[in-house]
Amino acid sequence: MCQCCAEKKDIYLPQLATVADISQMNVTEKYLRLSMDDGMFDFLPGQFVEVSIAGIGEAPITISSSPTQTDGFELVVRKIGNVSGAIHNLQRGSKLGIRGPLGQGIYPVEEAKGQNVVFICGGIGMVPQRSFINYVLHHRSDYGDVAILQGTKSYDLRLFTKEIEAWSQRGDVQMLETLDEGHPSWKGPVGVVTKLVRKVETDLKSAKILVCGPPVMYKFVLMALEEFEVPHNNIFLNLERRMKCGVGKCGHCQINNAYVCMDGPVFRYSDLASLPEAI
Amino acid sequence: MSVKKISKTDFASFVEALVQTENVLGVQAKGDRFDFAPLESAQDLRLDYDVTLQPPKKFFLPPQEVLLTFEVGGAYQSRRDDQKFILLGVHPYDVVAIRQMDELFRQDNYDTHYMTRRNHATIIACDVARPSEHVFASSMGTAVVQEGYDILLTDIGDSYLMDAATPKGRDLLAKAKGTVEADAQALARREAVWARNRKALNKHELKCDPAYLPRLLAKAYKHPVWEERAKTCFSCGSCNQVCPTCYCFNVQDDVNWDLQTGERTRAWDGCLLDGFTKCAPDHEFRKARADRFRHRLYRKAAYMPQKIGGQIACVGCGRCVGACLPDIANPVSVYNRLIDDLGIG
Repeated sequence: MCQCCAEKKDIYLPQLATVADISQMNVTEKYLRLSMDDGMFDFLPGQFVEVSIAGIGEAPITISSSPTQTDGFELVVRKIGNVSGAIHNLQRGSKLGIRGPLGQGIYPVEEAKGQNVVFICGGIGMVPQRSFINYVLHHRSDYGDVAILQGTKSYDLRLFTKEIEAWSQRGDVQMLETLDEGHPSWKGPVGVVTKLVRKVETDLKSAKILVCGPPVMYKFVLMALEEFEVPHNNIFLNLERRMKCGVGKCGHCQINNAYVCMDGPVFRYSDLASLPEAI
Repeated sequence: MSVKKISKTDFASFVEALVQTENVLGVQAKGDRFDFAPLESAQDLRLDYDVTLQPPKKFFLPPQEVLLTFEVGGAYQSRRDDQKFILLGVHPYDVVAIRQMDELFRQDNYDTHYMTRRNHATIIACDVARPSEHVFASSMGTAVVQEGYDILLTDIGDSYLMDAATPKGRDLLAKAKGTVEADAQALARREAVWARNRKALNKHELKCDPAYLPRLLAKAYKHPVWEERAKTCFSCGSCNQVCPTCYCFNVQDDVNWDLQTGERTRAWDGCLLDGFTKCAPDHEFRKARADRFRHRLYRKAAYMPQKIGGQIACVGCGRCVGACLPDIANPVSVYNRLIDDLGIG
């Protein structure tokens, strides 16, 4: 091998990690806590990893835990394809491959300091947002008002119910939750997440607004925020695509000239004006 | 830097000696067309070719390659292909394409798989002896190159000029017997070849300077040409496959018969293919055929230039023009149509 390449690490080579904890969250989602076998793992809220199941393949999954959590990191995976199906079959102690953390477009950890922060989550959009939510709550005094809006399709699909309950109990977080479909056990509001926007007690215009959910949700949330004249540079959208290689080469996640794996996955809305394929 | 002259007989002896000791991939006839293939004899070399069926990118980014091997539930091991080889007869437009690919695989995240092959390659380029049916390298400014090769060959009639540009090239050139310093007359004949090629490799003529293309596309996103062309597109990806600057790929795992070990391979993919942007569960972000068709031409002349210092990632080889069955892929005809409708400036 030539010297120039021998010194470089293989960008496609996963490092081994061990499943420290795994549990079923609801009918489709599984929770995993992983620890890297070599112990090394520093990331920022919004970054993702490529998860390898040898023989099945790789899939990009955004980290759900906050970097302030020190005992490994957490993923939440919906069973939807080959790799995610195989992840669901893992057990405590299972080995898997991890590449990352990846992505340079992260949540505005520093920029949002001293400012109000509003999280708008649709369904499993809560999963990546939770990394920054817990980061903000860990450094609570660094940030202004915090509001968390969660919309879920149905009662059975709710995620992190204990955590959401704990956030609701805190006096320094406005937690709002809605379900698309009503349920006998559900006492809260029924309707889509955009309906919660007007209930936010914080001044939306001056807040940093973080949005993550299914593709269809973004347009409606942005329309709702438009009513409150929220400046576009204060809105951050988490855009997931098919980040196959995760390192800006394979082309699958390209949105016009942006690579989600490199420039995202979190994008500032004002930067998306030149990317008509984004939303 | 000196330029050597070598008679065609001595050059044939040089190649004959080279294939005995080195892994030489040279241009040869394939039916009534041409392609790069392992060269066994100097007689098979066809430096008078017009264009190869496939660009030389396959030697750096193979259609399918093993990136890693693994044990199920165990560790992953990198695989690297570190065999040395000589590419013999690369046309200037393909040299430009290789240089662009080098930059893309080197920047941001260094791709050791591509770069190991690239660093093990010696490139002997050759000036175009006869234009192909669809070449438009003159329009793209890629008909003649001054860098990117180890040796440049130019056919000046009874002999070749050999111009070594790198230490690797000079070492190789030193092995050639019968070379003499090129005199002023020989150099003038090379200048004449270059002057001819700067004009003659132009079966499709772009109506603007290629440097203007990013600005042209900036105002063409909603132009009807994308829909009109895409109506007859088969989404076959042939344009991607024959393009020397298309490098999108997919990655896939395969388990061996022992069910204990396996390989992770990458294989060429194409942005024109349906499903290229498909995500779980059923979101396909660039599904419309016209959007995929537009993406390819935007990638060449609007998106990639931002990564490679403003160069247009279309080198005018014309392979896509010939490969496209419904005859809609020709970048020049699309760009000229946009110029006709939108003007220059």
